[in-house]
Amino acid sequence: MTSLDLTDAARRPFTGRRVRFGDVSLQVVAGTAAAAATVLVGLIVWKVVDGARPAISHEGVQFVWRIAWNPVLGREVFGAASFLFGTALTSLFALALAAPLAMGIALFLSELAPRGVRAPVTALVETLAAVPSVVIGLWGIFVLGPALQRYVEPALHSVLGFIPLFGPPGSAGPSIFTAIIVLTMMILPIVSSISRELFLGVPHELKEGALALGSTRWEMVRGVVFPYARGGIAAALILGLGRAVGEAIAVTQVIGGGVFIHWNLFDTGDTLASKIAESFQGAASDLEVSALFYLAVILLVFSLLANLTAQWIVWRVARAHGISRGGHA
Amino acid sequence: MSTTIEPTVRVETTRRQPMPPRERLEAIFQVDGLDAIYSGKTAVKGVSMEIYKNLVTAIIGPSGCGKSTYIRCFNRMNDLIPGFTQTGTIHYHGQDICGSNIDPVAVRRNIGMVFQRPNPFPKSIQDNVAWGLKVLGMKDNLDERVERALTRAALWDEVKDRLKASALSLSGGQQQRLCIARAIAVEPDVVLMDEPASALDPIATQAIEQLMHDLKSEYTFVIVTHNMQQAARVADMTAFFSISQGEEGSRWGELIEYDATEKIFTAPSDKKTEDYVTGRFG
Amino acid sequence: MEGLAWLAAAIAIAFLVLIVWSVARKGASELNLDLLTKGPAVTFLSTAKVGLANAFAGTIVIVGLAIAMALPVGILVAVYLNEFAPASIRNGVSLALDVLNGVPAIVIGIFVYGLFVLGHGQSGLAGSFALACLMLPLVARSTMEVLALVPNSLREAGLGLGIPQWRTTLSIVLPQTIGGIVTGTVLAVARVAGETAPLLFTSSIVGTQTSWNPRHALQSIPVAIFELSESPDPADHARAWAAALVLILFILFASLGGRWLATRSRTRMLSR
Repeated sequence: MTSLDLTDAARRPFTGRRVRFGDVSLQVVAGTAAAAATVLVGLIVWKVVDGARPAISHEGVQFVWRIAWNPVLGREVFGAASFLFGTALTSLFALALAAPLAMGIALFLSELAPRGVRAPVTALVETLAAVPSVVIGLWGIFVLGPALQRYVEPALHSVLGFIPLFGPPGSAGPSIFTAIIVLTMMILPIVSSISRELFLGVPHELKEGALALGSTRWEMVRGVVFPYARGGIAAALILGLGRAVGEAIAVTQVIGGGVFIHWNLFDTGDTLASKIAESFQGAASDLEVSALFYLAVILLVFSLLANLTAQWIVWRVARAHGISRGGHA
Repeated sequence: MSTTIEPTVRVETTRRQPMPPRERLEAIFQVDGLDAIYSGKTAVKGVSMEIYKNLVTAIIGPSGCGKSTYIRCFNRMNDLIPGFTQTGTIHYHGQDICGSNIDPVAVRRNIGMVFQRPNPFPKSIQDNVAWGLKVLGMKDNLDERVERALTRAALWDEVKDRLKASALSLSGGQQQRLCIARAIAVEPDVVLMDEPASALDPIATQAIEQLMHDLKSEYTFVIVTHNMQQAARVADMTAFFSISQGEEGSRWGELIEYDATEKIFTAPSDKKTEDYVTGRFG
Repeated sequence: MEGLAWLAAAIAIAFLVLIVWSVARKGASELNLDLLTKGPAVTFLSTAKVGLANAFAGTIVIVGLAIAMALPVGILVAVYLNEFAPASIRNGVSLALDVLNGVPAIVIGIFVYGLFVLGHGQSGLAGSFALACLMLPLVARSTMEVLALVPNSLREAGLGLGIPQWRTTLSIVLPQTIGGIVTGTVLAVARVAGETAPLLFTSSIVGTQTSWNPRHALQSIPVAIFELSESPDPADHARAWAAALVLILFILFASLGGRWLATRSRTRMLSR
């Protein structure tokens, strides 16, 4: 073995804080990326508002409660009210249908299903989330819509026709009802998977305690699981609502369009998101495009509100249950 | 004060070389009034001592007395913990390595560390030792350097035929010796050991103790250990830390006594030391 | 009560099965090699569209560019948040990423329209950027998760040796996360490959030629399905089903594959 020069370790310099080029570079580059991601959110808000500016100055704030959409040059008047109504109608009904289904599925997968069934069924439900909205819309146009129109809508109308919701079915295929069913399918996976995780996160001791006192499975669920997961379920529902509000493609394919406010689910209608998708390509003027931006502003406000509210709830629940966000071990 | 006591620990004098007389000892670290503070809570207070070159210095004491925190001050590893500050100085070859103008990375090149749980890189055995050398610019005679480090870590014979195998395929004791080889390959001055054998079986422990004994002529070792017998076997100087309490339940670690190992274990000056080494507490 | 839960699960599965069954049945009959390789041809007498090669090519280009845009940025964001950022910045940027994740795809579409298309025209690049905005939070989040799984002892090992933090992060920590990054990317691709809304605004006005040039608007499979589904011609509907079949097969493959990769790499990391 050759004799190796032993460097005198003490003679290595270590004074003078050398700012390492590598450390600074990595931090700067990575930090820029993080800043860019944050700025992007602000940029989105700014750009969408900016695009809406001509319409805002033309229509003012009355846009929000006006029922109109006339792009004819020289007589333009636009309003969001009918679309707001459509969005509210479709999303709330979809949530109302999806919530119990999602709770049922979440309970099934966390408490009731036999062990071997849980993983495959969970995978199946999550796969439903993976189906692209345009494919669901396609199916909605050619399979679901006609089926609902032929069988379900007349049946419901004949039985419950006294309620304005279940008025005479429209002559053409598309309807708000089809859109509601489609939206229900689309938000079901997200609400159920969040709920499932919540139910799985309920501490064993709490559940076993209830069972040890002699309660039935269902009583335990009602008395322990639901209260514990209450906050998280609220967040899940809000996220589902946000998803439904923002869905454009599948809805526009099945809802038919129209600028009016009525309660008949079996007739056509329109939502904020679907109006934007539908009118964009045929937009007659810059002003109409700007009006679509205006619709997008309203949509953005809603979804930001929904998202931030859900985040806030999650944060509060996490604090109560002692979990924190991110960071390394 | 009793002149000699019956310690629970027999001080092994046969295996150890006698320590040079005090006058000939060269101080490599001079610690002055060191306080280590985590987010406002003092963990270690007011430590002043000298650590001598080419000796094995052990730091012993009950759990929670700040031994690990203290040793990590020497290579600025506590910098990684958010909210950590320290006051006081540690002079190393005349420079205060706690200063804000000091580059911690350069400090760590001179002062290496072996951790409580073996943490080899997920690379081959050879690359574990070689990679550090390559990155730190010691690429000449790479294979020889690797072999030398592994030999000094008493691992060469066991791995020389499978240098390309994954380091994670080694046993715990072997992995820890690999970590020692990795640390000494980059030619530090000092090797800090934070309870290096606590996760190992007695035979692996003995291998590591023997290693320290054989290598101390070239390196200075500072070892934290909760095992008194180990300190007695291996250390020339021993520092005993204990927990002090203040008002409102605040607790911190303090250096109680620091002397030649034999003295600490046979005729300690402080009652707290005596209580600890005779097993009356801790 | 239990019966209702079973029923709910059955309904969800029924939905999925119904859709997949319809797509499979109606799409398979129309699916042939011509669909994939030939572009839509406009003959003298009718717009007899033969195939959708332009849509397949366009999707490959647009999604590929989206990955190229989102992946490096997503990884860097995750590295910054996990290795460097103080808690307050980490929480803030994490929140921004979660908000970004919740922005509806159609708003992203109109945003990119306002940013890049107005005044310049549509392009595959603009479409890629829109998809990248959708992918970014997914890639960043999954990379962060897998970075957090790398044990701190490994970072200490590198730093204790006197190796600077940037080198330790790039050479020791990041290589451990490659499996997780791949998984996250696959799942993100599964998510955006089927997105129509962003592309409607940025890359939908196309000719019938098969183009691979992202500086012009490129046709994509989801937009093609959307347009074909709205057309009055039943032959178009058949083509829409076939394209939907290919799309759904790809997405299911990527989605399930990504999930399998995720469980596999997670068990590997935890058993180390």
